[in-house]
Amino acid sequence: MSALSALFARELKLAVRIGGGALMAVVFFLIVVTLMPFAVGPDLNLLARVGPAILWVGALLANLLALDRLFQADQEDGSLDLMVMAPVPLELIVTVKALAYWVTTGLPLAIAAPLFGMMLNMPSEALGAVCLTLAAGTPGLTFIGIIGAALTVALRRGGLLLAILVIPLMVPVLIFGILATSAAVVVTSPFIQPFLILVALSLGAMVLGPIAAAAALRFGLE
Amino acid sequence: MGLMDLANPTRFMAVSQRILPWMWGLAVAFLAAGLYMSFFLAPQDYQQGNTVRIMFIHVPAAWLAMMGYSIIALSSIGTLVWRHPLADVSARAAAPIGAAFTFIALVTGSLWGKPMWGAWWVWDARLTSVLVLFLMYLGLIALWRAFDDPARGARIVAVLALVGAINLPIIKFSVEWWNTLHQPASVFRMGGPTIHPALLWPLMVMAFGATLLFLAIHLAAMRNEVLRRRVRAMQITAARGVATAGAEDGEPELA
Repeated sequence: MSALSALFARELKLAVRIGGGALMAVVFFLIVVTLMPFAVGPDLNLLARVGPAILWVGALLANLLALDRLFQADQEDGSLDLMVMAPVPLELIVTVKALAYWVTTGLPLAIAAPLFGMMLNMPSEALGAVCLTLAAGTPGLTFIGIIGAALTVALRRGGLLLAILVIPLMVPVLIFGILATSAAVVVTSPFIQPFLILVALSLGAMVLGPIAAAAALRFGLE
Repeated sequence: MGLMDLANPTRFMAVSQRILPWMWGLAVAFLAAGLYMSFFLAPQDYQQGNTVRIMFIHVPAAWLAMMGYSIIALSSIGTLVWRHPLADVSARAAAPIGAAFTFIALVTGSLWGKPMWGAWWVWDARLTSVLVLFLMYLGLIALWRAFDDPARGARIVAVLALVGAINLPIIKFSVEWWNTLHQPASVFRMGGPTIHPALLWPLMVMAFGATLLFLAIHLAAMRNEVLRRRVRAMQITAARGVATAGAEDGEPELA
């Protein structure tokens, strides 16, 4: 257990100290949100209506930013070989790395989202909903994303390929995340149903992601 | 002779060489009969007119789009569990063919949608999930091409193919949910579950012919892939031979 907590602490330190990976995702998120009014016009009513979509797509893209370095950096300095050979199951190591990635990327996005939602003129009840759905949905995005990160670890230019591989798999999370968020804006549609499915998708990804990523890492390093 | 004997690449090449002409012949015969039936014997639909004939290409293509991914998923299990080289050859050969049939299904659906819905593309649940399937085919092909050594990429791509196979039903389910909540009025529904026999027979013949065509192309592509790998192996051996010859001239560490 101490090996895993040491790994968790190491991942957090790396994310905070080198290049500020955690903050970069939030800044990118802000840039995407800033671009949207330029594209669709400054009409506040329209922005309030498409606000959940802007926030979710922005968070999804920002969540992909640092994924390609997740295993590649470890492979370059050799620590990935040690992780594969460690007595701790590789699936657990991958899980801890993904959790640390979520704490430094997904969680800041969810915390920043209400502020950005306010800039998009979203009603106050929707701000809480977007924070809640992003907090529940970004683990799903991260754990789907690590599969792509593990698949492309052995490739020299895996960054773009990674996005092409994992974005189709993220479609369900996006659909239910936006459905739950817009349910808070539109009173007629139910909130709890899509939200529970969103949570289920995240939990399912937490099971499938580490198994697939660990398998891909083992095959990739042979 | 059991199925496992076929798994020997040399025997596979011998047997497939004998089967392949028959499959081509049958596929051409069934497709010719099916096309004749669908263009001359099948009646016009009372609502859709002649555009109903697009269905005879569109529906088999959509079925084969799904069959193609099933072949890839089953072959990937073969790659991961038995590590058999032919399973990887099969998956790799099926991907472009499946993508092509998915593309045909999308294009014919779009051609049919213009007179029916008044738009080339409608964000209907079925269309959208087939589009996602097409994107996943492209992702698989891109990942295969990214590995310079086919043997190394085989099992990695197999992992992606299986993850995709698990996700496809989830994607289909969520896309349908998304569509029914957003625009329930425009969801296209066939005129009831029954289809008139005069339209059903051409469709069945076309579907059988198209399936034979898919399998024939798949088999031919597998043969090409096996030959391609042999050429690659021979090239590597030849390159090694050059290196060894150079080593005899006084650079032994190159060998």
